[in-house]
Amino acid sequence: MSAVASEASRAGSRSGRRRSKSGWNLLGLLVFAVAGFPVYWMLNTAFKPAKDAIDPDPSLLPTGITLDNFSRALHIADFWGPVGRSLLVSLAVVAIGVVVGMLAALAISRFAFRGRKIVIVGILAVQMVPLVAMIIPVFLLLNDLGQYDKLSGLILTYLTFILPFTVWTLRGFIVNIPKELEEAAMVDGCSRTGAFVRVVFPLLAPGMVATSVYGFIQAWNEYLYALMLLSQKNQTATVWLSNFSTKHGTEYAPMMAGATMMALPIVALFLLVQRKMAAGLTAGAVKG
Amino acid sequence: MSAADTTTAKVPPTRQSPPPPPVVPRPRGRRSSGGAATPWLLLAPCLLVLALVMGYPLVRLVTLSFQKFGQSQLWGFQPAESVGFDNFTGVLGDGEFWQVVIRTIVFAAGCVIFTMVIGMLIALLLQRVSGWVKTLVNIALVAGWGMPVIVATTVFKWLFDADYGILNAVLSRLPGVELIGHNWFASGPQGLAVIMLLVVWGAVPFVVITLSAGLTQVPAELEEAARLDGAGAWGVFRYVTLPILKPIIVMLTTLSVIWDMGVFPQVFVMRNGHPEAEFQILTTYSYDRAFVVNDYGQGSAIALITVLLLLGVVAVYMRQMLKIGEVE
Repeated sequence: MSAVASEASRAGSRSGRRRSKSGWNLLGLLVFAVAGFPVYWMLNTAFKPAKDAIDPDPSLLPTGITLDNFSRALHIADFWGPVGRSLLVSLAVVAIGVVVGMLAALAISRFAFRGRKIVIVGILAVQMVPLVAMIIPVFLLLNDLGQYDKLSGLILTYLTFILPFTVWTLRGFIVNIPKELEEAAMVDGCSRTGAFVRVVFPLLAPGMVATSVYGFIQAWNEYLYALMLLSQKNQTATVWLSNFSTKHGTEYAPMMAGATMMALPIVALFLLVQRKMAAGLTAGAVKG
Repeated sequence: MSAADTTTAKVPPTRQSPPPPPVVPRPRGRRSSGGAATPWLLLAPCLLVLALVMGYPLVRLVTLSFQKFGQSQLWGFQPAESVGFDNFTGVLGDGEFWQVVIRTIVFAAGCVIFTMVIGMLIALLLQRVSGWVKTLVNIALVAGWGMPVIVATTVFKWLFDADYGILNAVLSRLPGVELIGHNWFASGPQGLAVIMLLVVWGAVPFVVITLSAGLTQVPAELEEAARLDGAGAWGVFRYVTLPILKPIIVMLTTLSVIWDMGVFPQVFVMRNGHPEAEFQILTTYSYDRAFVVNDYGQGSAIALITVLLLLGVVAVYMRQMLKIGEVE
């Protein structure tokens, strides 16, 4: 790899550079094929006639398109119940998380106060505790609060991993909005709150949308807490997919159809916000 | 914990910050200092939620580690009694536990190293390819990144299926390879290698995209100057690019260590909810001890040891993030 790289960089002549460019492109296409293959194979299997899915010598190209696997996936077990619950939980978590996170982000980015640093450390530290390690006491806590097997209990626990991230990302967006704008508004007679509502908030809206979508995805994808804190009858979409099996054992074609239905909306949402998120996350990370 | 606490956390606080007294703007200050109470009022809901669902359970995790806590304590038939360090001596004196620790560290280290190296190579590659190739690679990466972990896990299960998995079929087309029916999960190391592949596949996109963003900030003049001074591609990377990217690399590496030490669903779902002894890593081991054997005390002790193992890494991450937080 490095030998190729050094050779390419020394290639001064125009033709040499063009040749190396096409070499890099080939390598890039290889990366594309390898990285994209699992996604492709999921889609390929989902739309295959079921008998082709268990061909011991499968064709790498699509063999025909059918929606049978999707209807099977919908009928094997209740699909809309888990999806509805996941949707409800994720939306509630985001709604609460963004409001609460926004207020906290304002506090740490726009106010100088004693203890600010400790709060930042605390909020960051929370992010660092592996959630898996917390499942035992969280399970016992919800048990004590009578929130076991209730969606409200799950929403509450999801806030722990949505909030720190939301606060930190929104902080990144707020810091990028020049203070002078607020100050100018205040000179023109706005109150502090007024200046925020009229000046900062509109500028922050895209960042808030991106953060919300990302938070939604996180909550939607969570598995362990959903598995542990809800009973079988209240399971969410991720648990539904992991339990996917029929009386014939695991049928992969409908399973891939179920996987596709779960993943497509999420990947689409993700595509919408990921650029914005990357900008927010690395805000101020590189200062030469 | 009273019911009042939970209700406040459940209902989104629609409270606006109280209108502060009219302040005279002081454009000279770095940050305006409103009323001393205002920031705390803004922070209150967030800190309350975190204290309830993070702070309190964390304390509970520590106290549980020193208690005998099983089925009968869970149902409230018996009070939890303190047993001192018994849980820890029980765990640490168990040969199997040390195997799990070593397996976890090797697994996580493998995941982190592969993720960072592959991520770096792809980020550098993306600087050198044509626009359309870059777009294609980005689409593949973001699709993989956006995939829910559980979906990715089921897809990998299917790819590596012993009888009908595409991987065995394709490999068997190579001359002299006969893998149809080969069970990748018959042995721990092979199965964990597959799971490592899954983790790396899911983690690389974030690393690539973050590093790509960082690479755009490396001044071209610096690289050019290094080249004029006779540095080869490796020299430029080693002495110019790497030092500038260091904060991002430190951040990504520490995050990866924390995430990869906390891998759970991938192993759990791959092994259908019952990882065999050869597949146990710290997270699944702690889970089994608590929810399968119903020994919540020992399960908590194992979880606490995991957290302690990560403290050093966390400290590095925090320092880096605070540095970033100061650049305002």
